[in-house]
Amino acid sequence: MLEAIDLARPPMLAPTSLTLHPGQLTGVIGPNGAGKTTLLKALAGLSRGPGTVRLDGHPFLPHPQRLAWLPASRDAVWPIPAAALVQLGLGPAAAPDPAAVSAALSACDATALAHRPVAQLSTGERARVLLARAIAARPAWLLLDEPIANLDPGHRLDVMALLASEAARGAGVVLALHDLDLARRCDRLLLIANGAVIADGPPHMVLNTDQLGRVFGVQHGPDGWVRCSRFDH
Amino acid sequence: MRTGLALLCAVLALASLALGPVDLAALWARDPELARNLFIELRLPRTVLALLIGAGLGASGAAAQALFRNPLASPDLLGPSSGAALGAVLAGYFLGAGVIGMAIGGLAGAGLSLLLLLALAGRGAGATRLVLAGVAVSMMLGVAINLALSLAPSPFALYDLMFWLMGSLNDRSLPQLALAAPLILIGIVLLLRAAPALDTLALGEEVAQSLGVGLSAVQARVVLAIALATGAGVAVAGSIGFIGLIVPHLVRPFVRHRPGAAIAPSALAGAALLSAADIAVRLLPAGLDLRLGVLTALIGAPFFLCLIMGRR
Repeated sequence: MLEAIDLARPPMLAPTSLTLHPGQLTGVIGPNGAGKTTLLKALAGLSRGPGTVRLDGHPFLPHPQRLAWLPASRDAVWPIPAAALVQLGLGPAAAPDPAAVSAALSACDATALAHRPVAQLSTGERARVLLARAIAARPAWLLLDEPIANLDPGHRLDVMALLASEAARGAGVVLALHDLDLARRCDRLLLIANGAVIADGPPHMVLNTDQLGRVFGVQHGPDGWVRCSRFDH
Repeated sequence: MRTGLALLCAVLALASLALGPVDLAALWARDPELARNLFIELRLPRTVLALLIGAGLGASGAAAQALFRNPLASPDLLGPSSGAALGAVLAGYFLGAGVIGMAIGGLAGAGLSLLLLLALAGRGAGATRLVLAGVAVSMMLGVAINLALSLAPSPFALYDLMFWLMGSLNDRSLPQLALAAPLILIGIVLLLRAAPALDTLALGEEVAQSLGVGLSAVQARVVLAIALATGAGVAVAGSIGFIGLIVPHLVRPFVRHRPGAAIAPSALAGAALLSAADIAVRLLPAGLDLRLGVLTALIGAPFFLCLIMGRR
């Protein structure tokens, strides 16, 4: 159980209290700049500020098997081969574990990239390798900032299926995403606007036409998503 | 690779011990006492200093590049080298140009520049802030060195100090070795111990933190270690540039480009490179007195240029 108690990061995030459950795929949606990354980073214990985060009732201490954080940035400074990069995800003191590394790469359809330097991969390929890095240690919690951005449609579906299976093995998965269609595959959605969680519940409750029009200014028409006719600032 | 580099260091060390203006074997036949003194008090410190200072520069360069996640970072960026140079120059003025006095002054200068760096960067500063503070400190100290030189009491003092700043291992003594060696060794050991954390830092500061790397502690330890390993070297040998910048690039392909894993082989390769350079300056014809620091810069600058061109 990952609990946020009065967690706030002024001015990006208003005081927020919520409880996240293991075994669930929780999606965080909201317009650009709404505070999704700020919330995820605060939950991951990567920023300081008011409020507390408790993991299973205890103050949070970082550990590779406890919680993995995947930033939205796909930067890679060093041309490290993908397999060596995934190994780094097992933690600074971890012994080489080729089985865990190849399992993670294979889960992200990145086995063929294992020996390629990450700095030379395409952004989407690098995104998959970095996701493999995040899941390699089989952490209890996965906090992922836009893991499906930059991916092609097939790999988006693959990654959503992978995250669902991670949740099925008991991990708590929290991901920020912009794809409102794939967001329906989450068990729970948090809708964030202007630094506050304004809706929290199963996708069919959160993704109602009214709410999407109000927050995103979009609606679903016969040709897919279109700008809302009622949209005005 | 490590074994190969260690063997190379051993061969170069033997060559360095055997090399000098005097034929030690012939001298041994005539005057064993003198030959022994010459060997222990001149050849040995020079050889060991070349290995240690090169190792310190190589390891510091690899660690600086890993810490700042920038392949163009070098230990000189942080300021302790300039601090050591300034301290040695000032000691040269006030205490006379005694080599031990200059070495102690250099160590004091490196330590003070480290404190200045940490004060400017503030506690728990990110790598960017640290490197900006380092550049500022280095620039200030560089200007201070120029000021000190322009206020030299006599043209001879100016000449001596300028020459000293260019870096050399000529006529270094056992006391200088005894002063620098422990500090350089402590610095290298600290850097080697930080290697796993620096590897993890390749994933970015946030991810490293989420994997349990204590970022501020690692930064503080690595900066201190770089100050020890490079500052102590500059304090006894003057400025020797480019080794710390180049060596990590030479070894990183052999450790699958992991920045932390490059620290140990960088230490060995740095030791080999500086030893080789120090042998080279001694092999030059007698009239051509090329300083060690000048030679490393002559090799290093074109390499640096290739590196930048290759990255475009």
